[in-house]
Amino acid sequence: MTERKIIIPGEKIVDSKEFLPGEGTEKRDGGIYSLIFGLAETLDKLVKVIPLSGVYNPRRGNVVIGQVEEITFNGWIININAPENAFLSLMEVPRYVNKDGLDEIMDIGDMAVVKIWGINKRGIDVSLKSIGLGKIDEGIIMEVNPHKVPRVIGKEGSMIKLIKDNTGCNITVGQNGLIWIKGNKVEDELFAKKAILHVAEKCFVSGLTEEMEKYFGGKK
Amino acid sequence: MPEIKRKSGRKADEMRKISAKVGIIPNANGSAMFVSGKTIAIAAVYGPKEHHPRNQRNPAKGTLRCTYNMMSFSVTDRIRPGQNRRSTEISKITEWALEPIVMLDKYPGKVVDVYIHMTQADAGTRCAGINAAAMALAHAGIPMKNIVSSIAAGKLDKTIVLDLDKYEDSEFEEGEGSTDIPMTFTSDGKLTHIQVDGYITPEQLKEAMKMAREASKKIYEVQKQALKDSLGKEK
Repeated sequence: MTERKIIIPGEKIVDSKEFLPGEGTEKRDGGIYSLIFGLAETLDKLVKVIPLSGVYNPRRGNVVIGQVEEITFNGWIININAPENAFLSLMEVPRYVNKDGLDEIMDIGDMAVVKIWGINKRGIDVSLKSIGLGKIDEGIIMEVNPHKVPRVIGKEGSMIKLIKDNTGCNITVGQNGLIWIKGNKVEDELFAKKAILHVAEKCFVSGLTEEMEKYFGGKK
Repeated sequence: MPEIKRKSGRKADEMRKISAKVGIIPNANGSAMFVSGKTIAIAAVYGPKEHHPRNQRNPAKGTLRCTYNMMSFSVTDRIRPGQNRRSTEISKITEWALEPIVMLDKYPGKVVDVYIHMTQADAGTRCAGINAAAMALAHAGIPMKNIVSSIAAGKLDKTIVLDLDKYEDSEFEEGEGSTDIPMTFTSDGKLTHIQVDGYITPEQLKEAMKMAREASKKIYEVQKQALKDSLGKEK
């Protein structure tokens, strides 16, 4: 991995014709310029900028948590904290649904874990056809900055596994920053929430997993 | 060029003390503050989000919606809160100054809301507002071609001066009086907005533009530093 540097829009990242512009960058008279505020990273010959702030940018394959905003004749409209609402079609529910009883499956205000399977001009399409997806019946939902989600999950899920093991809760992290915590006791859930907030707060500390091990060591 | 003694003691090409801060409003997607002497502007960016009312949305590209507002306590005499003729005009001017740099084509049918509030006003408010809004937009992660920096140049009697303050803008009446020319530049010196009211010759206008362009580079450095410092805090 190469060094990362903070870059602002319109700033030159590299001054060479050999590099390729990746996400958040643009080629302009021989150099690569940034279009967004974030961390510039060079991989081989590809230059890209990782955003550090702003609203959640939905991508195909992301598992997100959303709230049902509206019921239409053939599906649900779900708010996933993105610039646009997502649509969950009737066909994407892996069970028989009575067309007259969509609200029996999910009513307005219900939360659900969904997966983005397509993004096009017409909107974002989400699905329930995968493991771990479905309506949320119990537990608590909390919110963190979507750009801090990779730190909450940790390298190959190490951080979230640590929190799960130490609190005994089942935690689902949506890429849009919403997190669903389900434990046996409310105290456990609140403890997990506190731990996640602690991670989000210290997300720039290096060796955060070790620090969290210490954090749990003190509490137990 | 005849020398002029400014009431504030500044040189003709000297601007007021400036400072900036990014990330001041936790609930906004992006926010910034810009201080120029006694003028303080804060900007908050919300979005991109669904455009309401829906009949105003543009399916080809996103919309930038700016709202400029002077707080009732920002000037010595309390001003009536709410939109008035002047603030509506400045909102539109701010939109036009920012539109060339913001890449709205990535968000068709969406809107980016920019709210600019002046907590203290001492002339040069639209410039401070644009500077704060540019930083807030970058902080909100919206793709932009560049960052803009805004500064006013002007004319006091026959002398070209930089960054007029309240006294020079509205009370100075010696000789030919004063002319205020707010301008906005990108970091590579391109003009995105200019306003002139008052008398000025084309030669003097060129001179004023040159002076403002130099000053805009200094503002750009302050904006850049403020954006980079906003991450340093958390590190």
